[in-house]
Amino acid sequence: MPALEVVGVSKWFGAVPAVREVSLMAEHGDLVCLLGPSGCGKSTLLRLVAGLEKLDAGSVRFDGMRQEIVAPHMRGFGLMFQDLALFPHMDVLGNVSFGLRMQRQSNDAVQKRVEGLLELVGLEGYGTRKVYELSGGERQRVALARSLAPSPKLLMLDEPLGSLDRVLRESLQGQVRSIIKEVGVTAIYVTHDKDEAFAIADEIVFMDRGSVVQAGAPEALFRAPATELVARTLGMRNILAGRLEQAEGIARVRCAIGTLAVGEPIPAGVLLGGDVLVLIDERALTVVPAQDGPVPVGALAGVVATRAFRGGESELCVRVGAGELVCAVAQRDAGADVAPGDDVTVILPPNAVRLLR
Amino acid sequence: MIASRLLVIGPVTFLAAFFLYPLGAILGRSFGGEVLSLDPFGVVLGDSYYLGRIWFTMWQAAVSTVLTLVVGLPAAYLFARHDFPGKTVLMALTTLPFIMPTIVVAMGFVALLGPQGLINTALTGLFGAEAPQVRVTNTLTIIFMAHAFYNYSIVVRIVSAFWSNLSPLFGESAAMLGAGRIRTFTHVTLPLLLPSLWSSAVLVFVFSFTSFGVVLILGGPRFATLEVGIYELTVKLFRLEVAGALALVQLVFTYVFLLVYTRLQAQSAVPITFVPEEESKRGKRGFRDVVVIVAITGVLLVVLSPLLALVERALSSGGGYSLVHFTGLFSDDSGSYFRLSPQAVIWNSLRFALASMAIALVVGTAAAYVIARRGRGRSGVVDALFMAPLGVSAVTLGFGFLVAFNRAPIDLRGSWLILVIAHSLVAYPFVIRSVLPVLRGMPPHLKESAALLGAAPLSIFIHIELPIIGRALLVGAMFAFAVSMGEFGASLLLVRPEFTTIPVAIFRLLSQPGESNLGQALAMSTLLMVVVAMGFVAIERFRYRNVGGF
Repeated sequence: MPALEVVGVSKWFGAVPAVREVSLMAEHGDLVCLLGPSGCGKSTLLRLVAGLEKLDAGSVRFDGMRQEIVAPHMRGFGLMFQDLALFPHMDVLGNVSFGLRMQRQSNDAVQKRVEGLLELVGLEGYGTRKVYELSGGERQRVALARSLAPSPKLLMLDEPLGSLDRVLRESLQGQVRSIIKEVGVTAIYVTHDKDEAFAIADEIVFMDRGSVVQAGAPEALFRAPATELVARTLGMRNILAGRLEQAEGIARVRCAIGTLAVGEPIPAGVLLGGDVLVLIDERALTVVPAQDGPVPVGALAGVVATRAFRGGESELCVRVGAGELVCAVAQRDAGADVAPGDDVTVILPPNAVRLLR
Repeated sequence: MIASRLLVIGPVTFLAAFFLYPLGAILGRSFGGEVLSLDPFGVVLGDSYYLGRIWFTMWQAAVSTVLTLVVGLPAAYLFARHDFPGKTVLMALTTLPFIMPTIVVAMGFVALLGPQGLINTALTGLFGAEAPQVRVTNTLTIIFMAHAFYNYSIVVRIVSAFWSNLSPLFGESAAMLGAGRIRTFTHVTLPLLLPSLWSSAVLVFVFSFTSFGVVLILGGPRFATLEVGIYELTVKLFRLEVAGALALVQLVFTYVFLLVYTRLQAQSAVPITFVPEEESKRGKRGFRDVVVIVAITGVLLVVLSPLLALVERALSSGGGYSLVHFTGLFSDDSGSYFRLSPQAVIWNSLRFALASMAIALVVGTAAAYVIARRGRGRSGVVDALFMAPLGVSAVTLGFGFLVAFNRAPIDLRGSWLILVIAHSLVAYPFVIRSVLPVLRGMPPHLKESAALLGAAPLSIFIHIELPIIGRALLVGAMFAFAVSMGEFGASLLLVRPEFTTIPVAIFRLLSQPGESNLGQALAMSTLLMVVVAMGFVAIERFRYRNVGGF
């Protein structure tokens, strides 16, 4: 039996739908990421699951039990807010032990548990610190320890690292995941940052305008994004409008940079002659300086427009036909040496091209 | 659900029964009682005397406001932008005048500038002059001075709190864009400060507009504000209809002002930061800065001179210093105040103040919750309604109580409750103003976090909200206590001899001839000042810095 089942949940704020018929599932011990642009309904969905907002439709079950009639403080769920909401009048100890004291646990048990948790999050000996004496990263960890203290059945984290700078965020991502995994709690993690989602999630649920657009393992989403927004959010930039010219055998699609062979299956509902979006994997492309003679099959002739150094790779923007292609080229490849204005040949393996929609 | 209904019903009922109902009674009175008539309004609006009162009340309030701003702004600048030794103490001192009872303020100015005041006595001693050299009692000058003294801290508090939260980066950006110091001030700092300037100015105006004790005692017969007019019509002339009409005219004015104030205040509210206040001071420790020295001297002069003069005069008798005025208060045969001993007067004031404080705390806290729950944009009208008792003058309130509670359904004739209710009505807005900013500044997810950690609504209140608003409650309580101790206008109308409070007793002593009566009035004022000052020390000890309207 799945731990969390959200079935057909909707929430309206006045005439505005914030969450529209969302369903999702999490197995025990799963770490699910809700990913999507701001305002897509991720946080509202968390609040619905937590019981802080009333459902307009659908149901939330945990271990098969309907949660709608259970008050938020009786559900046994934890929620960590982006602003952390650490209690300003309590020290670290007071914050972390709050949930345990609400459960009326004995002083000994509380103390043991708090010590264990502070050790888990790497804050041994911080018990008597005031909340405002802590650094940003320390506060984050106190909030995490506080959420974990009452042993919630489900832990929800709403952009918990959102207020931190990039370096700190990246170092904490790994820690948060390993702590959650060590505890083994089922968790839902909200973020708008794909790198954070990739670093943390067992499964990603992508939301847009209140609905779930795609759900699956991070690799699956990356390999086959369902919509343009998913593709763009995951960092893909070569998305071109096109028309399906041949559907039998090797499919062919016509777009601004030419007619391309499609190596991946055509999504359902795309008809011959119909409009499609063409997604070209920038890392599967090879760029070589132009040779004399005709352009080989499966390759395109172009001119380098810009070149940007990105450390391990170089990013080339190549004008091809009436369009442009972004090519990420490994530093040691010949393509990395070309300069703006150079004539080049871009080689597209068929599996670099897929159709969306 | 039930709890949250009660939360609304409690303060609303209180407001309805003890504020709106008396106001309604005034309305009834002024429309002629039994037969509906507009005659009283005809009398008020057709008589050049009453129109003159209205005009005088307006312009004296305007002049007082401008004067207060002029005196207060340098100090606001000083506290917002400079660090110097003793700053906290000096800052605390500036609040002293505001929480001083009007009667103490008036007595302070009598002691400083009156015919037998400190300055005249000193001048007589130095130059051997026959008549008092400084003759300001019964003039406008002393009224303006007392108003500026009284409202000084409003300007300093509100503006400096706002100013110190303005990032100096604004000014520095302007400088980088080529603005000099003056242009930076006029184009950047001043526009940013405007909401706080306006909101303090409106508040000062309202307080000067409804000023009673100061004008009654210092102004003499020639100067009567609307407030004094209402008092005289009620107590001396028994023309209740005309008093009612005048009170209504005043109400309309003050409600409009208050509405403006709450709007402005919502704009200039400062969010709570639990981290130590950001460094927005100029780096230099500027005793060299002329402005700083002038401002510090000004603060001390403004704040301390009348109060010190009061103590000095109370202690001096017959050319030397003695405690004779004080001991006179506590010897029963002095006959200083009719049948009631001074001890009984002091006891009256203390117990009424404690009872009023309790009521004001409950009503004010509940009202603050009701206002905070409506959210910033939509709370203006409700806020103004709950704050209305502050804007309605004390005399009007007392007058309303007189005409409303002398018959069923609420008959409070002869009961000390009528005083306590009047005091708590004047006091609870201070609890609101103290608690509301903390409620509004409370991080939005605190209560939800507590709920998700397993805290039931009652536990959330006890463990999260109460500790956070606790200090604000304490501050509100102290304010309420001080306000009740010093309440003068309503008490003067409502009091029965056996329930005489300290301010009323001072006024009675003052209106009787004789040096020992003046001495005892001064001594009693000093006692009142000390009690209130102790409450004030407690307030300073517990308030959140830079949060709150007062």
